[in-house]
Amino acid sequence: MTRPAPRAGSVEQLVAAKEIVVTCGSGGVGKTTTAAAIAAMAAVRQGGTVLVLTIDPARRLADALGVGSLGNEAQRVPAGAFKVAGVPNPRGELWAAMLDTKQSWDDLVLRHAPDKRTAQRILANKLYENITGRFVQSHEYIAMERLYDLHNEGRYDLIVVDTPPTRNAIDFLRAPERMAEFFSSRFLRVLTAPYRSQVMSIASKPFFTVADRILGSQFLQDIAQFFSLMQTMAPGFVERARAVSRLLRDKRTTYVVVSTLEAAPLHEAEFFVDELTSKDFHLGAVVLNKVLPEYLRDEKAAATASDMVGQADALAARMPDELGEPAQLRRVLTEVAESFLRFQVVAQREAEQRSELAVASEVIATAPFFETDIYDLAGLLRLGDEVWA
Amino acid sequence: MTTLLDRKLLLVTGKGGVGKTSVVAALALLASSWGKRTLACEVDAKGNLSSVLETGPTEFKEREVHPNLFAMSMDTEESLKEYLALNLKLPLMTRLGPLAPLARMFEFVATAAPGVKEILTVGKLAYEVRKGRYDLVVVDAPATGHVVGQLAAPQAINELVRVGLIREQTAWMLDILSDPAQTGLVIVTTPEEMPVSETIELAGRLRSETIVDLAAVVVNRVLPELFGRGEEEVFERLTTPEHAAALTAAAGSEVGPILDAARLAVTLRRTRAGHLERLRNGVGAEVAMLYLPYLFVRTHGLRASHQMAEALAAELGY
Repeated sequence: MTRPAPRAGSVEQLVAAKEIVVTCGSGGVGKTTTAAAIAAMAAVRQGGTVLVLTIDPARRLADALGVGSLGNEAQRVPAGAFKVAGVPNPRGELWAAMLDTKQSWDDLVLRHAPDKRTAQRILANKLYENITGRFVQSHEYIAMERLYDLHNEGRYDLIVVDTPPTRNAIDFLRAPERMAEFFSSRFLRVLTAPYRSQVMSIASKPFFTVADRILGSQFLQDIAQFFSLMQTMAPGFVERARAVSRLLRDKRTTYVVVSTLEAAPLHEAEFFVDELTSKDFHLGAVVLNKVLPEYLRDEKAAATASDMVGQADALAARMPDELGEPAQLRRVLTEVAESFLRFQVVAQREAEQRSELAVASEVIATAPFFETDIYDLAGLLRLGDEVWA
Repeated sequence: MTTLLDRKLLLVTGKGGVGKTSVVAALALLASSWGKRTLACEVDAKGNLSSVLETGPTEFKEREVHPNLFAMSMDTEESLKEYLALNLKLPLMTRLGPLAPLARMFEFVATAAPGVKEILTVGKLAYEVRKGRYDLVVVDAPATGHVVGQLAAPQAINELVRVGLIREQTAWMLDILSDPAQTGLVIVTTPEEMPVSETIELAGRLRSETIVDLAAVVVNRVLPELFGRGEEEVFERLTTPEHAAALTAAAGSEVGPILDAARLAVTLRRTRAGHLERLRNGVGAEVAMLYLPYLFVRTHGLRASHQMAEALAAELGY
């Protein structure tokens, strides 16, 4: 069986040549949905075993994929879901998994702790629980770590992953490096010293003087104990974090920046593109999502709409009686025309934003604004179709 | 409902992309126009607040950007310095040598120890309330996913730290945060699938995991209802091929795109009405709901923020 070669410079071609696709962008632009749509398209059109890994606990996505609830364990999207979506014979398999932060951290500790007893002490530590549960950046690191893990398993031909919305869009990509720095840091040794030997170095003295007064010595001891426990995992952690970092910069990994044509998300998308490029991550495509339909910018229709508002009375009089009361018809015509003109303002703004978009991406795909929410595989494929070629 | 702006501390959160920062600007503009000395604070310093207020970059040190309206952006390291200067009488630490390693140490501990950055953020905000220099502090808080962790920080610290200054400090913070007369959380949402689901979930988590009162849900970007009673039927008849052709003939120009746009508006409005219904049922009747219209504007700057402030005033009964 042969199939046409994908169009050069399309998302299709990009995805065909990669093993990992990471979607990023600010919150609310449709990252998760775009990731799922790309994965679904790849499974249907290109074949192989495709995994979509989501970080958002998006229940609707699980429902859309027909996998009940998503957990750390990947689930295969049932054939029935494809049949319902009008694709009885997808070329490949689509799998889906969600990131369970706590579970992933626990797995990591069990893997890197020198022995079972230490692992148990870490898992039972109060600070550990807080870190894995509440501490925001731990989320970012563990997401990338899990991605690495899944890639290494070798079960999937393609992994599409969305990223958590972060204060700084690039944060999560640097999380592995920061984790490595953290564990090889001199400060970690300094900090754990008082607990280990009760001897303070000159360097840490001012810190402890201040910290002791603010936090109290008990809490400091808790912290020190926690860090000493964590330190037992340092060698494995550092090596691992570096490997994750390498994978994120590998040529097989590509980044798709998603944005809407609104000022704030676009601003962030541009910033993101700059950061990716300057830090040697491979930018693959920019997807402009939820773009208003082009007919809203129709100049002739705009002129007609203005006329309609001005001459609604005369216009209503010229229409067949069966449409309704002339007064009612006049109001409807006025409303319809005014609504067009209102949407036109927004559509023009979007077009302007689009033309001003300054990103050096070879692929820029556009997906339209859908009138209804995407709630099933058919919807994902509809979106995917738009993004694909 | 009129008591919303009578509180001292409003923490505004919401899913990304729903217009959280615009609502913060609108609340702050409205309060300051009523003569309240207002402080607006951006926690995730992306610079969005300064763009909707058109003020230029904000810093940790607040600045009066409009009459009665002060703006600042949160910086946990600056907050720590301020804290140390105030509480430990260590002026030298804030200026000279010892701070450099201290700051790095702090960065290090804050990266790993839970709640340190959060407590410095929440602490600074609560401190401004306690000091009473402002009638109202409006905070552009972290997005829904992170805000619970931030608000739960004083409690968490309170549980983890058994002695020390911080422990004493969390007591008054908890007093301010847990008092509905002083502190309220505002969730901003849009009448769409995901934002509504997140709002309902957050409202539940707020109740079970934090001590902060949910003051209001602001529903942003509500589309106008195009048709009154009986008019929708007229529209349905109008969009049949035969009548659409008649309208094109009568208008002397193609009306297809105009009818399509109206269809889009009607469909969107209808889909969203369902989400609104779900939202109202999901957050509970005791929570105030404020509706702000979709703004069909060219730019989202100060002018749009003023329009939102006006709409907000109308919703609050003015």
